[in-house]
Amino acid sequence: MDDQAGDRPFLQFRNVKKTYDHKTLVVKDFNLDVAKGEFITLLGPSGSGKTTCLMMLAGFEDVTSGEILIDGRQVTSIAPYRRNIGMVFQQYALFPHMTIRENLGYPLKIRKQSREQIDQQVEQYLALIELQHFGGRYPAQLSGGQRQRVALARALIFNPDIVLMDEPLGALDKKLREQMQFEIKRLHDQLGFTVIYVTHDQTEALTMSDRIAVFDQGVVQQCAPPHVLYERPANLFVADFIGESNKLRGAIEAVEADSVRVRLEDGGLVSALKANCCDLGQPTTVSIRPEKLTFTERLGDAGNRVRARFVTSHYVGEYIRYHFETANGSELVVKNMNDSSAPPLAPGDEIALAWLPQDSQALDGQEAPKPV
Amino acid sequence: MTILTRAEAGQASVSRRKKRLLAFAFVVPLLLFLLLSFVAPIASMLWRSVYHPTVAELIPITLERLGQWDGTGTPEPATLAVFVEELHGLAKERRSGKLAEELNRTQAGMSSMVKSTARRVGRLSPEELQQQGVQTLLDAHRNWSRTETWLAVQRAGQVYTYNYYLTALDLELHPEHGIQARDTEIYRQLYAKTLKMALAITALCALLGYPLAYYLASLPSNRANLLLVLVLLPFWTSLLVRTTAWIALLQTNGVINSFLQGIGLIAAPFEMLYTSFATVLAMTHILLPFMILPLYSVMRGIDPSYLRAALSLGARPLPAFARIYFPMTLPGLSAGALLVFIISVGYYITPALVGGTDGQMISNIIAFHMQSSNNWELAAALGSLLLALILLLYWVYDRFVGAGSIKLG
Ligand SMILES: Nc1ncnc2c1ncn2[C@@H]1O[C@H](COP(=O)(O)OP(=O)(O)O)[C@@H](O)[C@H]1O
Ligand SMILES: [Mg+2]
Repeated sequence: MDDQAGDRPFLQFRNVKKTYDHKTLVVKDFNLDVAKGEFITLLGPSGSGKTTCLMMLAGFEDVTSGEILIDGRQVTSIAPYRRNIGMVFQQYALFPHMTIRENLGYPLKIRKQSREQIDQQVEQYLALIELQHFGGRYPAQLSGGQRQRVALARALIFNPDIVLMDEPLGALDKKLREQMQFEIKRLHDQLGFTVIYVTHDQTEALTMSDRIAVFDQGVVQQCAPPHVLYERPANLFVADFIGESNKLRGAIEAVEADSVRVRLEDGGLVSALKANCCDLGQPTTVSIRPEKLTFTERLGDAGNRVRARFVTSHYVGEYIRYHFETANGSELVVKNMNDSSAPPLAPGDEIALAWLPQDSQALDGQEAPKPV
Repeated sequence: MTILTRAEAGQASVSRRKKRLLAFAFVVPLLLFLLLSFVAPIASMLWRSVYHPTVAELIPITLERLGQWDGTGTPEPATLAVFVEELHGLAKERRSGKLAEELNRTQAGMSSMVKSTARRVGRLSPEELQQQGVQTLLDAHRNWSRTETWLAVQRAGQVYTYNYYLTALDLELHPEHGIQARDTEIYRQLYAKTLKMALAITALCALLGYPLAYYLASLPSNRANLLLVLVLLPFWTSLLVRTTAWIALLQTNGVINSFLQGIGLIAAPFEMLYTSFATVLAMTHILLPFMILPLYSVMRGIDPSYLRAALSLGARPLPAFARIYFPMTLPGLSAGALLVFIISVGYYITPALVGGTDGQMISNIIAFHMQSSNNWELAAALGSLLLALILLLYWVYDRFVGAGSIKLG
């Protein structure tokens, strides 16, 4: 991915801040390095400032402070139409009074390419998105998925340095969305452009991205490849936002090189990887993914243990979800493959649940982190 | 597919019909209102422009006898005697003036001739009328012996006539040459001027309204709503007040002239009031909201991402505006233009107050014929032509722009 001369990142956000009303910062100190050809996703709840970051990069909103560099060059003073950034809008923004062919040809026409060149390239991109026979239609005559593909092709056809996509699949139904995710990845692999992708759908982010920047309240909580984000969440927000996690509260009792020992509220002692905790005596939350929790017999003595009372279970098909409750009322969810390993359980039964220390993180102590 | 039994189908159609009847019942009051206030007056106007029984009611027997006349020389004495008798009756009832006025419309100069003759005939006693009535008539004016006079009387007596349309188009029916142009062109010129002024007003409204609507649409909605109230404010002041305000501004010693003279820019005052300039100016002011409102609501509905998309594709702001944004506002622009144009073509009060003779429009002449010259038939013909003209323009518009593209919101 890093085919750049030197180790300078292709795109950099440096201490970028943004306010609309001169009172509150919508984006508070945003830092991000993106390599050429990388697929980066900004993931975060609605209102967390993702669109704002894209708009600043595209030049439609000015930067309150900080800088944005493309290829080492400040872009904040460059007009949007000179930045050579392709953009896919959530509502597609296909020009309704132009045919598909005219829509695709528009950026080329602006660049004063010859008629033949434009025609040839438009046909090529129509083929790329498999809409060869739809060139003469107007956007209103296409389905949502087709419009989406046209919007994508239009953002790519003029060979931009960076392509921005702001929740491009938000308006599609689930099946079409999955198909389009695949399509976008295919084009990305084929053409090798750099993508900044915005979504609030974590599955979408996990399946498509090289790296994901998790946004909350105008701050990047963690920026890492999908598996790191999932396996090693940096704080409670990320652990909660990405996937599902069980939380056990306690206090730090011992600190080691990269792990800690935690005294749980119900008295048990467990060890976990060190994340954003960790001073002696401080409150902490140990986070464990539901699929990492197992029924004791399978782990032997290697793991942590906690006793919990069985409440209920849900049959999902490939796996079964079990709900447990610890002595002090924390809820625990176990996802167990639908195989013969599951013991017969009746509501009220108390058993021990176990996990490996390296499958759990000791995170910050707050119930819901509110970085201000 | 399952097929309904006959009974089921019957029941379905009965319930559907019931629903439709109910829905119709709700609009009946509106339909009645429209019928009485809109359809009926227009129908009566169209009717009046071709139906004109006045003369036929004044001298019915004469006209009946003239129907048998072959149109050469003068009618036979018996016919003349009947005319004198009817004229005598009219003079006694003081209705000969009406006849004079009606005949004068068909042929200029007949008014005084009929009036003086009526005066003479009216003095005759019944016996004298019998014996020397015809002679008195022929003595009263030499034109009574001429063929054209009686042809004119005959024409004036027609109950159904297209004469008023000829007049409205500056044409006349010549006894020998058929339909020909009149010497002076009044109405055609006035129609042309009306259209020209309406076009000027529409263009001005578009030029002034477009940037304002654009500005309003770009504001956050609370500020935009506040400013929109200012746009609507003129609607809450009387039309008359707004128009007279223009008089105060424009008149010879008015605000503008005094100001310009005061700062020494001009030596003598401009004559601005009672010109077509004044009409165009005041009407642009009055009709501007009709342009702004549809434009604004269309612009509000345009997602800013279209313009952003164009910019991100590399278009400079001006070309992006011209090629992307402007075409998307056309439905609002054509709706506004159509509204302003059609309203201003038929506008009456403002040109009447500030237009003088120079700034008059066709509606002022129509009003003149209704109120002063008492020629309702001509007024109706002019009005019908105006209606036809607007329908024609609308048709042209629909052909070239497409009325389906109009968008009011
Ligand atoms: N043009 C704007 N003017 C004022 N506030 C805005 C504007 N755009 C976004 N905001 C505010 O900034 C915050 C972040 O918005 P946005 O970047 O759209 O978030 P996201 O895309 O993550 O949902 C929100 O609270 C939103 O209300
Ligand atoms: Mg957004």
